[in-house]
Amino acid sequence: MTDFLKQNIGRRAVLGAGLAGASMLAMPSILRAQDKSLKVGVYGGYFKDSFDKNIFPDFTKATGIAVEAIAEPTGEAWLVQLDQAAKAGQAPADVSMMSQVAMLKGQATELWAPLDMAKIKNGSNLIDRFVNKYPDGRVAGIGAVSWYITLVTNTDVYKEAPTSWQAFWDPANADKLGLLALVSNSFLLEVTAKTFLGGTNALDTEEGIQKAFDKLAEVKPNVRLWYRDEAQFEQALKSGEIPMGQYYHDVTGLAAADGNPVRSTFPKEGGIQDSGCWALSRASTKVEEAHVFIDYMSQPSIQALLSRKVGTSPTVKRELMDLTDAEFAAVSSDIEPIIPRYDLYQTKSDWLNQKWTELIVG
Amino acid sequence: MRREAPQKLSDYGPLFFPATMLIVFFVVPFATMIAVSFFQRQQGGFYVPAFQFANYERFLSLFFANVLGFSLMLAVTVAICCVVLAVPFTYLLTRMRRKVQIVWLVALLSVLSLSEVIIGFAWSTLFSRTAGITNLLVMAGIMSEAKALLPSFGAVLTGMVYQAFPYTVLVLYPALVRLDPTLTEAARTLGASPIKAFFTVVVPALRNTITATLIMVFIFALGSYLLPQLLGRPQHWTLSVLITDQAIYQSNMPFAAAMAVFLVLVTLGLVALTVLAGRKGEAA
Repeated sequence: MTDFLKQNIGRRAVLGAGLAGASMLAMPSILRAQDKSLKVGVYGGYFKDSFDKNIFPDFTKATGIAVEAIAEPTGEAWLVQLDQAAKAGQAPADVSMMSQVAMLKGQATELWAPLDMAKIKNGSNLIDRFVNKYPDGRVAGIGAVSWYITLVTNTDVYKEAPTSWQAFWDPANADKLGLLALVSNSFLLEVTAKTFLGGTNALDTEEGIQKAFDKLAEVKPNVRLWYRDEAQFEQALKSGEIPMGQYYHDVTGLAAADGNPVRSTFPKEGGIQDSGCWALSRASTKVEEAHVFIDYMSQPSIQALLSRKVGTSPTVKRELMDLTDAEFAAVSSDIEPIIPRYDLYQTKSDWLNQKWTELIVG
Repeated sequence: MRREAPQKLSDYGPLFFPATMLIVFFVVPFATMIAVSFFQRQQGGFYVPAFQFANYERFLSLFFANVLGFSLMLAVTVAICCVVLAVPFTYLLTRMRRKVQIVWLVALLSVLSLSEVIIGFAWSTLFSRTAGITNLLVMAGIMSEAKALLPSFGAVLTGMVYQAFPYTVLVLYPALVRLDPTLTEAARTLGASPIKAFFTVVVPALRNTITATLIMVFIFALGSYLLPQLLGRPQHWTLSVLITDQAIYQSNMPFAAAMAVFLVLVTLGLVALTVLAGRKGEAA
């Protein structure tokens, strides 16, 4: 043993060995680069992990296209990056999962390459509202998944599940809530309008929006955390540190399945249904592969698989899928959802943002 | 060896590399930011080149003045806390044996290797009700039940002081090591207690170093945007948090740039005032 250590290994030998080792490690990626590949942006965390595990390997097996999954942040951070990169002719991801507000904003700068529906045979399976179109009718994106933001609670702290969004306004819940920090991803104005003002149509006028803001101001003393980063709230919810709030139905379901003391409830006013589109950056050179990918993802069997494995709500018509009632109920609900007023975040975004920031910071 | 002024163009050679780096990585991005701050925001889109003051006008409101005021106050408090803690600490450190000093310095340097995210999450765990330090106090019988120490101003301050402390010590260390020990010895011989000698001899001798350190920590703390979010309530969010919101989440680059430019100007102004005040004090 000591003899071995005493052996005189020259500096050059060490460097040479290191170099050889490094180039051997680099070799597979050089070989792989020659195959067909596609960079796909998916929300980081549970979402990306689930796609990596349940969806992408089968896709590669079926089509021969290797997928490099990129963890993208939620909100508009990814949109900004994609747009800046596209201006420089770069695509950090070819296909990305984008929120509806991000789709509208990307449309304004022609960020999304129009999709050719002739190459996406399975597009006819989709529920109409999940085909995202430019004002002139070109297709900007195809519904990837939809998901619900629901009322979540820690089961150790709340033995009984709450039944209404009104729980947020209950003085008994002072300093116990975790809510999303941005007006455009929390959709709390819509929740307020549906719960107290008779529906999201109440937000048609600025007076209506003002009423919703006034009502929402009453929630402030109950809020412990306004979160931008999901990990921050998820951790606090699991530990019971922040026992109630709004969070993603699918992620909460997965966390509960892992044995964490959390539950997701569809309030009687409905969960918030948001959705994401697959959109192709105009800077991408992988147009063919992207169409193959989007077509593959729009198959009823794949949408059913997503519902079972990832916990998302399907974007294709229910009758085309073989989901049982129980399986469907696990990801969705018969209660009519609250559909966000995406148009407001497009036309009034600065005004809403200013009022919102003043509400929570002031 | 005599130092000669550069004669030929090639004598300036060694300067080219740092100058290029400074231009590429500082001057160009900063100039771009100033330019963007005058651009026109396209609501629901991005921005188009223009020359207008709308972004600055929006910033000039009581709301943003309050946020700016809080950010400056927080940064000043962090700077003062750091210096008050670090000057005596570093002074004692320089009086220790060489080996002990190295151990301390390595420990402090290792804190620098932690990212803001790790520091933030670590402190949010330490301050939490379910797993935090109050549980230890309950075990020791000092407190009756565990409680959360965050979100609060104290938590934000603790996190930021923790993050800036190693920098403070590293900036103070060279000056304190070089401090002539005969100064304090003379003070002691003349009958001053160690504490009196520290305050009447060591601190005044280090006045310039301390001012420079205060400014450095102040600027360092002003840029913090993650710790106020992780450890504070919305009223503890700094201007940097709102700049991030505008830039990243609202994709309102012009407004974010205008706020950033304003922050830089206010910072430079405050630093200039401090330096001026220091000079006047010296002249008197």
